Amino acid sequence: MKYVDEFRDGEVAKGLAVAIAAEVKSSRNYSFMEFCGGHTHAISRYGVGDLLPANVRMVHGPGCPVCVLPIGRIDMAMRLALDRGVILCTYGDTLRVPASGGLSLLKAKAGVGNKRGDIRMVYSTLDVLKVARENPLREVVFFAIGFETTTPPTAAAIRQARQEGLKNFSVLCSHVLTPAAITHILESPEVGRYGTVLLDGFVGPAHVSTVIGTRPYENFAEQYRKPVVIAGFEPLDVMQAIRMLVRQVNEGRAEVENEFTRAVTRDGNLKAQTLVSEVFELRSSFEWRGLGEVPYSALQIRAGLAEFDAERRYHLTYVAVPDNSACECGAILRGVKKPQDCKIFGTVCTPENPMGSCMVSSEGACAAHYTYGRYKDFPVEVEQEVRA
Amino acid sequence: MSGVRMNYARPLDFKQGRVDMSHGSGGRAMLQLIEELFAAAFANQYLAQGNDGAVLPPSAGRLVMATDAHVVSPLFFPGGDIGCLAIHGTINDVAVMGAQPLWIAASFILEEGFPLGDLKRIVDSMAVAAREAGVAVVTGDTKVVEQGNADGVFITTTGVGVVAEGVLLSGDRARPGNAILVSGALGDHGMAIMSKRENLSFDAPIVSDTAALHGLIATLLATGADLRVLRDPTRGGLATTLNEIARQSGVGMLLEESAIPVKPVVAAACEFLGLDPLYVANEGKLVAVCAAADAERLIAAMRAHPLGRDAALIGTVHEDVHHFVQMKTSFGGRRIVDWLSGEQLPRIC
Repeated sequence: MKYVDEFRDGEVAKGLAVAIAAEVKSSRNYSFMEFCGGHTHAISRYGVGDLLPANVRMVHGPGCPVCVLPIGRIDMAMRLALDRGVILCTYGDTLRVPASGGLSLLKAKAGVGNKRGDIRMVYSTLDVLKVARENPLREVVFFAIGFETTTPPTAAAIRQARQEGLKNFSVLCSHVLTPAAITHILESPEVGRYGTVLLDGFVGPAHVSTVIGTRPYENFAEQYRKPVVIAGFEPLDVMQAIRMLVRQVNEGRAEVENEFTRAVTRDGNLKAQTLVSEVFELRSSFEWRGLGEVPYSALQIRAGLAEFDAERRYHLTYVAVPDNSACECGAILRGVKKPQDCKIFGTVCTPENPMGSCMVSSEGACAAHYTYGRYKDFPVEVEQEVRA
Repeated sequence: MSGVRMNYARPLDFKQGRVDMSHGSGGRAMLQLIEELFAAAFANQYLAQGNDGAVLPPSAGRLVMATDAHVVSPLFFPGGDIGCLAIHGTINDVAVMGAQPLWIAASFILEEGFPLGDLKRIVDSMAVAAREAGVAVVTGDTKVVEQGNADGVFITTTGVGVVAEGVLLSGDRARPGNAILVSGALGDHGMAIMSKRENLSFDAPIVSDTAALHGLIATLLATGADLRVLRDPTRGGLATTLNEIARQSGVGMLLEESAIPVKPVVAAACEFLGLDPLYVANEGKLVAVCAAADAERLIAAMRAHPLGRDAALIGTVHEDVHHFVQMKTSFGGRRIVDWLSGEQLPRIC
């Protein structure tokens, strides 16, 4: 496939693997966190880990949009769908995130007791506006989730709805911010105070950075002395970024570098940023699954657009709900533990029956390892060649 | 003399007419629908018996029976429609057991208000597909449900075929060392449907691969090769089919990603929608597991057939108590090709 296959080329990958192996120092270990679920997915799906030297370890970060959604937020959406009878629209993976009482939006769609949620999967916020126009007598709520990538389309939809005078459309805003989460991880006791989790650098977000640019990372690269390399979501992008990180570490640099120059600039997409700031403002605090309350890490709809804010419109209050006590999603999202370290991984918690959010999306660390890599947990090895 | 004509009924209006509740009520309207549409399209001596069941001649050999419900939306898609799909799907389920498909029973659930013209198109398409495949639709049933209780037309077909002496195909017969073949490029049907649903248009539209595979299968059986398993990777795609076989046979598999044929346009559409072509449905492709020594011979036989031109050897069977289907990625790494969990939902970011 044109324009994409070039970034998945096995021959180029071999060359890069050799180059990385030549550059790493055998006297030390390297730990890099790939922040985004998109990177986690690419690493698992293409088997990037198999091409890295043994002393380079990738730590999966919290950048999976559905993984960081706390139970309480899903419960809010659930209440809207089941108790208020709205048409609830949201992006695909969100349907499977576990909520309270063993429920999920997917289960609410099928029916809970004598109630049945009208819950629809959409590909774009344009689809939601269409649903609202086609159902003028119903209330339509978009359950908006995601990082800076999915925020501008939500802002555009709200602006469009205001221009059209759509009265039956509102947004349950759960948009979160990347830089705040990275800072929070660096401040976490395991990484900061105790130093039990060594992070030598970050593979920085791809799509998020197309919007916010590389500038927002400069501050903490300098402050925390951690190199950041912004990388695309294709496997060669990830490998090239790892090579750049190894170099920075070896040379004692801690800079923001941009591997994803084909899409990301230092300033990002100014038009999108303006649109977002017209519609949204910072929330003083937001609960992330795994990270807990993180100050100024999420967005809410500005007061002037209150009619489009489902939280205000339906007087919703947030009730925090603790995760299943056996679930290690929190530690996994902070990079402190690996999926295999969790007692319920692959036993009680599977993609069919996810207990924690990391098992929900294929971008989540647990689901990625379960789906693509769990054969590594068993001693069975196959080295038969397939004859072409 | 009176002008009354005996048993006169105005012919069905295939231009403007619609299915109404009377077409399923067992009265004259239903009789008319059966006679003017179904009996006329499927015409054969068994249907002409006009009974509730068809009496069929005895057949030499073991019988194979398979049934398949068809609920596809949209009903008409590039490369086919629910009608020919309902015939092909059931023929293929019978044929992958090594059988010659002979007879089909078809039952229709029609939604009140469905245009008779569309129904005729569908039934005619079924009749053509059955005739081309040399099978007869020998009995059937029609029910009508109120508007909103179905999605246009649902068709369930049941097929019966006969397996020749000595032919033994089953999902539990894959053995370590066997080779895994596919008859052509994967994901065409599912992506033809998806791109129609999502209004994706390409320079070269994606066309469903819906086809009856018993001819191709007969040529493979005629080679005398040691064929162990045949399956048509429909819903859930290649990945699901291989996981089913691995579990049934108690073996593991190792695939070579670069050997798996996928058309560039299908790969592109999958990329857009966040789907993996290995999990996308096919309706005219074959997965074969065979003795490694016979793989080349079978690939040659497939490639000589119009439905197998892009046949390829994609992997091998090995011992694995965990029954993992693994794949060497074109990128140079290794991963599991797992069972699908839930629906294939698009990722967000």
